[in-house]
Amino acid sequence: MSLTPTEPINIIPRLKAETIASIVKKGVRLDGRKLDEFRELTIIPNYLPKAQGSALVKLGSTQVLVGVKLEVGTPYQDAPDEGVIIVSSEFVPMASPVFEPGPPDENSIELARVIDRSIRETHAIDLKKLAIIPGKKVWTVWIDIYVLDHGGNLMDASSIGTLAALMTTKVPKAEINENEEVIVDKATSIGPLPLNRKVATVTLGKISDVLIVDPDNEEESVLETKLTIAVTEDGLIAGIQKSGQSSITEEEAIKAAEIALQKGRELIDKVTQLVESSAETVKQENNNSVADSASNEASEGEGVEEGSGKNPEEDSGLEKDGGLGGSEVSLKSESKE
Amino acid sequence: MGGKGEKPKLIMEDGKRHDGRLPDELRPIKMEIGVLKNADGSAYVEFGKTRVVAAVYGPREAQPKHIASPYRAVLRCRYHMAPFSTDERKSPAPSRREIELSKVIREALEPVVMTEMFPRTSIDIFIEVISADGGTRTTSVTAASLALADAGIPMKDLVAAVAVGKADGVLVLDIDQVEDNYGEADMPVAAAPSLNEITLLQLNGVLSMNEFKEGLSLALKGIGEIYKIQKETLKNKYLQVEGE
Repeated sequence: MSLTPTEPINIIPRLKAETIASIVKKGVRLDGRKLDEFRELTIIPNYLPKAQGSALVKLGSTQVLVGVKLEVGTPYQDAPDEGVIIVSSEFVPMASPVFEPGPPDENSIELARVIDRSIRETHAIDLKKLAIIPGKKVWTVWIDIYVLDHGGNLMDASSIGTLAALMTTKVPKAEINENEEVIVDKATSIGPLPLNRKVATVTLGKISDVLIVDPDNEEESVLETKLTIAVTEDGLIAGIQKSGQSSITEEEAIKAAEIALQKGRELIDKVTQLVESSAETVKQENNNSVADSASNEASEGEGVEEGSGKNPEEDSGLEKDGGLGGSEVSLKSESKE
Repeated sequence: MGGKGEKPKLIMEDGKRHDGRLPDELRPIKMEIGVLKNADGSAYVEFGKTRVVAAVYGPREAQPKHIASPYRAVLRCRYHMAPFSTDERKSPAPSRREIELSKVIREALEPVVMTEMFPRTSIDIFIEVISADGGTRTTSVTAASLALADAGIPMKDLVAAVAVGKADGVLVLDIDQVEDNYGEADMPVAAAPSLNEITLLQLNGVLSMNEFKEGLSLALKGIGEIYKIQKETLKNKYLQVEGE
């Protein structure tokens, strides 16, 4: 049963909530961003040694890790010569004081399904090229979204992570033996995952009848309605999800779609640039062993960063939070044990 | 949802749809309220071969107690499909789809229910899809809103809903299962017409900006028609009671 949430995702002082709600009317946000500005975005592509594709995304203080695994599976009966996509998300308890262990709740399921629809409906992955033995064996693309730190707008961070992870995904070599069994050689890849087009979501929040892009968790605890709009690089709307306890007007929905189309294309370009500019680094790392590359990355902190064009420290006079490098190292040391 | 195989023709030479409707035509609609004795409010709504029963219990003491809010009533909503509602038997266990739909249906109703009048209580909405032929979530919203009204719960407006789809490149109102399976897009919309508010908006599929604008306006036009039938249905029952 779906229940009205009564516990706020993030308790903030009433004064702060009122400030957030009043200053957006003047076109200003607490962290100094413009109404249609995303937070600073960092992507570390190929973050995971054991996944066929992956990316660690930091969007402001939100951290999401997306892993793509390819496994041999059976096709759906109604699409016997196509690969299969399965998107799941985990809101792990470490990510927020309000996340609890257990099966995915409605928010987690909603997030995974919205991302799933954006990829599926746009044919972002060329599933026809993922048949191994048509009608019998195909690649199943498992996209697992792991929320590590909830700093707001999990939807867009997950969508960026999914796009980046898919762009880094390599299809392993699969051979068919005389018994029609598929032998997979995960160490050898036959090339990148075939992608048809790129998709990303842009989430807008409505506070005091003003639309803001990429709400952080303080803004999320004030806003009552969110609109997530998936857009393609060629300027089409590829999915919409309204969520939250309030409503929007027809004009707001249209305005939101216009903002999302513009911001979404910028976002896709930025993600592409961040993933491709680190391709060199990735090549070098692949020559090393898993442990080596992990420690190299940790010591050198090779995250590719792309901010809003300015130095984050002078951004708004606010202190720089926790430190991106710091959390990188701690995550790495965890995975090394 | 899946449905590949040979794609049937969705728009005929004469511009009509596979079931003979015009692009902006709704399916035959039936609505009835007070269909269940035990529930505080109930409604039955039929859009073509899609049939939904909704029941409301409450406002009643919130159980378990920790879900209660001192400021307002909490809404609880369950959207559920009966095992015999679909072509293949559906397992009665709640699917991920049903969990998501329970959430978006609850959120479609939240803006109109005057929950602040009943602190520490819950208002429970149970929706059973008896027969599914496309548009089950929108039919559910329409039925749930009638059931809330039938239960006498104060609301700012009724909520009516319909899906607009794109079939063979044409925007069509109130898509059925065939148009959903083989069409290019499915956009469910719910609105509170007198408040001019959209309370549910989803899009599954791909549309251009212009198609989105047109589709939204087509959906709101359809919602206006459904809203009229909802009000007629309520008036009919309560006028009868008065006359008796």
